[in-house]
Amino acid sequence: MKMITAIIKPFKLDEVREALTAVGVEGMTVTEVKGFGRQKGHAEVYRGAEYTIAFLPKVKIDIAVEDGAADKVVEAIQQSASTGKIGDGKIFVHDIASAVRIRTGETGNEAL
Amino acid sequence: MNRFLKFSIVACALGAMGIYATGDAVAAVDTETAFVLNSFSFLVHGVLVMFMAAGFAMLESGLVRAKNTAAICLKNIALYSVAGLMYYIIGYALMYTDVDKGWIGAFQFLYNPAPAELGMLNAEDAGKAAATAAVIADSTYASMSDWFFQMVFVATAASIVSGTLAERIKVWPFMIFVVFLTGFIYPIQGSWVWGAGWLSEMGFSDFAGSTLVHSTGGWAALAGAIVLGARKGKFGAGGRVNPMPGANLPLATLGTFVLWFGWFGFNGGSQLALGSAADAAAIAIVYVNTNLAAASGVVVAMILTQIMFKKMDLTLVLNGAIGGLVAITAGPDLQQHAHAIIVGGIGGALVVIAVPLIDKLKIDDVVGAISAHLVCGIWGTLAVGIFGSGSIVTQFIGIVAIGAFVFVTSLALWLILKVTIGIRVDEEAEMAGLDQAELGLEAYPEFGRN
Repeated sequence: MKMITAIIKPFKLDEVREALTAVGVEGMTVTEVKGFGRQKGHAEVYRGAEYTIAFLPKVKIDIAVEDGAADKVVEAIQQSASTGKIGDGKIFVHDIASAVRIRTGETGNEAL
Repeated sequence: MNRFLKFSIVACALGAMGIYATGDAVAAVDTETAFVLNSFSFLVHGVLVMFMAAGFAMLESGLVRAKNTAAICLKNIALYSVAGLMYYIIGYALMYTDVDKGWIGAFQFLYNPAPAELGMLNAEDAGKAAATAAVIADSTYASMSDWFFQMVFVATAASIVSGTLAERIKVWPFMIFVVFLTGFIYPIQGSWVWGAGWLSEMGFSDFAGSTLVHSTGGWAALAGAIVLGARKGKFGAGGRVNPMPGANLPLATLGTFVLWFGWFGFNGGSQLALGSAADAAAIAIVYVNTNLAAASGVVVAMILTQIMFKKMDLTLVLNGAIGGLVAITAGPDLQQHAHAIIVGGIGGALVVIAVPLIDKLKIDDVVGAISAHLVCGIWGTLAVGIFGSGSIVTQFIGIVAIGAFVFVTSLALWLILKVTIGIRVDEEAEMAGLDQAELGLEAYPEFGRN
């Protein structure tokens, strides 16, 4: 099992969700997060005083999938979340040691 | 009272110039009807001004951070209440009774209805007509209607101080300051002009209070901001100014609209009479000038923030509306409406320029009250010397005299409060927010903490 964590631009969330649904993803966890990468923050002015917004708002999506599905999920996110501009985000894939469905007690791939 | 007389004389002068009367052909409004209409104007316009207290409360609630919202709300309703009590206990008499071209009114406690009015209210049926005649021979309006109208003005001056000092001042020392501001400082300087004191004798003109109300509040706020110091973290090393964005801009916008709404009472009611066609026409002109000046302040602030900061700044646009309103308040009776657009537009521009400038001086004015009320109050008062009937030299003397008196007395009072009971919450309380530190509650308890 793989956990795919994607950090994307917030306005791309709907497109990503649709793309993921199209490749058969049945569930995901979405979190509003803030951070910066190479894009860095940007300067704003409030009442004439300039300030830097160091952390930009992003959306984090966590999707747990069977090993075989990971590549197409990553590809679906990469394509649907891309604008070609700096700040599009990143996708991380890590291994899942175990998984349990709380309602039934199923484990492993059955729980996904 | 004397303020009323002054404008009645102006109305008569207009009449003499043929603006509304054409000799004997026009039937005069009978004196009882005029008494009713004049009192009505005081009361209803006073109610509009009373609602400005709500406007200030919302504007300030919106421009502070969420952790200080409940404290600012408490201060606003408390200062309105204290202002009303103090003005009854001592303030009105200090401002209006026996000033006689001088520097101060009478130290008479508790201002109550005129004896003739009580006689009328308590007269038997048979004596009613004579008692009524005695009342309208004595005055052209109900005594307490004027008290009510003047009381809501002093509350406005106190509201201005509250916003500047938000987010770090202790509630009780602030309230003690309000007691002295509304009971003594405001009424004494007010007596110089509206009480027919020495400044009005010189010809100083301030129709509804650019200087008397708004600059007075602004000077008191400036003195307080200097003694109190900036919020922790507001000013960084090397002259850095760190913005502390307000928590709720819809509330700030609503507050500004409420103030704008109330301002029709503030300026319109300051005609001080509605007992003749001339008064009605004059009030209508005042309403239109007031609206034009505010609108002009908004548009100028929008354009200027776009040019200066590359993006429009809503909070400064809101301040621009207030700046325009404050600027027109000294002379909303201008007979050229185009002049109101100029006066208000310059007010809007001054706010946008003054807010960053005051930050540079390391004076922390949370809501921009010093810029909007003090700076634009000075401008509006000078504008009467430029566009209106006043002399710019006399206007300048009035601005300096009232400014010096209010600033020095306020500074002394703030310093005394600072060294005796202390005026500032400690650092930990400031970080936690005044809501928790002073009130033990939160304005938005169900929202996540930032």
